[in-house]
Amino acid sequence: MAITQLHDIHRRRASRNLGLLAVLLGFVVLVFGLTVVKVEHGASMQAFDHQPRVSLLPKVEGQ
Amino acid sequence: MSDISYHDRQAEGDARDFLALLKPRVMSLVVFTALTGLLVAPVPVHPFVAFTAILFIALGGGASGALNMWYDADIDRVMRRTANRPIPAGRISGGEALGFGLGLAGISCVMLALAANVFAGLFLAFTIFFYVVVYTMWLKRATPQNIVIGGAAGAFPPMIGWAVATGGVSLESLAMFAVIFLWTPPHFWALALFMRDDYSNAGVPMLTVTHGRRATRRHILAYTLILAPVAVGTAFTSIGGPLYLAVALGLNALFIRGAWRLWRRDEAVAEAEKYAAEKRFFYFSLLYLFGHFAALIAQKAVLNLGFGGW
Repeated sequence: MAITQLHDIHRRRASRNLGLLAVLLGFVVLVFGLTVVKVEHGASMQAFDHQPRVSLLPKVEGQ
Repeated sequence: MSDISYHDRQAEGDARDFLALLKPRVMSLVVFTALTGLLVAPVPVHPFVAFTAILFIALGGGASGALNMWYDADIDRVMRRTANRPIPAGRISGGEALGFGLGLAGISCVMLALAANVFAGLFLAFTIFFYVVVYTMWLKRATPQNIVIGGAAGAFPPMIGWAVATGGVSLESLAMFAVIFLWTPPHFWALALFMRDDYSNAGVPMLTVTHGRRATRRHILAYTLILAPVAVGTAFTSIGGPLYLAVALGLNALFIRGAWRLWRRDEAVAEAEKYAAEKRFFYFSLLYLFGHFAALIAQKAVLNLGFGGW
């Protein structure tokens, strides 16, 4: 059944929902921007991924 | 269908109430001092990373504000200055504020560690812990030196900003810490002098309540005198310079003069004048801190242009 009577509480809930929407969208933009900056500046991007990676292993003498 | 009374439930605030939990006015000080620490550091930071770092330092500060309001709701209810905050006013429930604060604290520390470095993230976590647990829960209600301890929490942001750039601590970042740390007691005790009854009604052991107003005036002068050499001495570290020195000398002379006048003042005269001098000193103390940090940024800008260093 549709809500026929609007109450102040609906305005407050709408305000919270819009606030959360803005925060989440902002967070997406932020993480994306941070990724672009870090990749462009060649920050260390690799981590352990269930098997040893050559690029992450310490250098061994004579190799 | 019948209208049920659920509609009239009190605790359901709008977005502005949640924003108020973050103490935006305190946040502006955190943003400004953290930005200063980041800008004056010798290592350049990418502007976007700097923006993100400052944002999450501010959010961490806001989280401690929300946790502080959650814990102090009983005091806030009694004091006139704070009675209209979201929790005592019934717009947000204590549990909501607690969850909001804890969630934001976690997000801000993790994001700062990812955006900048792990040391900065841990430093932010320590600052939140210090403000919420050491200051709010433990010492605020236990000792009249609460303001001094609380000042330390407020003094960490420039050190975090410095850590974002350099990944560590140094003499310069400690100097910025010391300036805010020593500035806080005179600043808040001046406020306590003209916010007469609030703190005693709430049972918070403010110095004005426990040791009297005469002793508070003496303490204000003492801290001002200790603060001055530290603030001026910062000019001779690597972040200082002639421009900062000139600003620091001027502001400290005025600050000491103001504290001296408060110390000499008779209580009856102060009350008759409605604490005009105390209020002036309080507002000047805001200008004092802003002036020092703005001078540090200006000094750095001048140095980058190639002149004005030691």
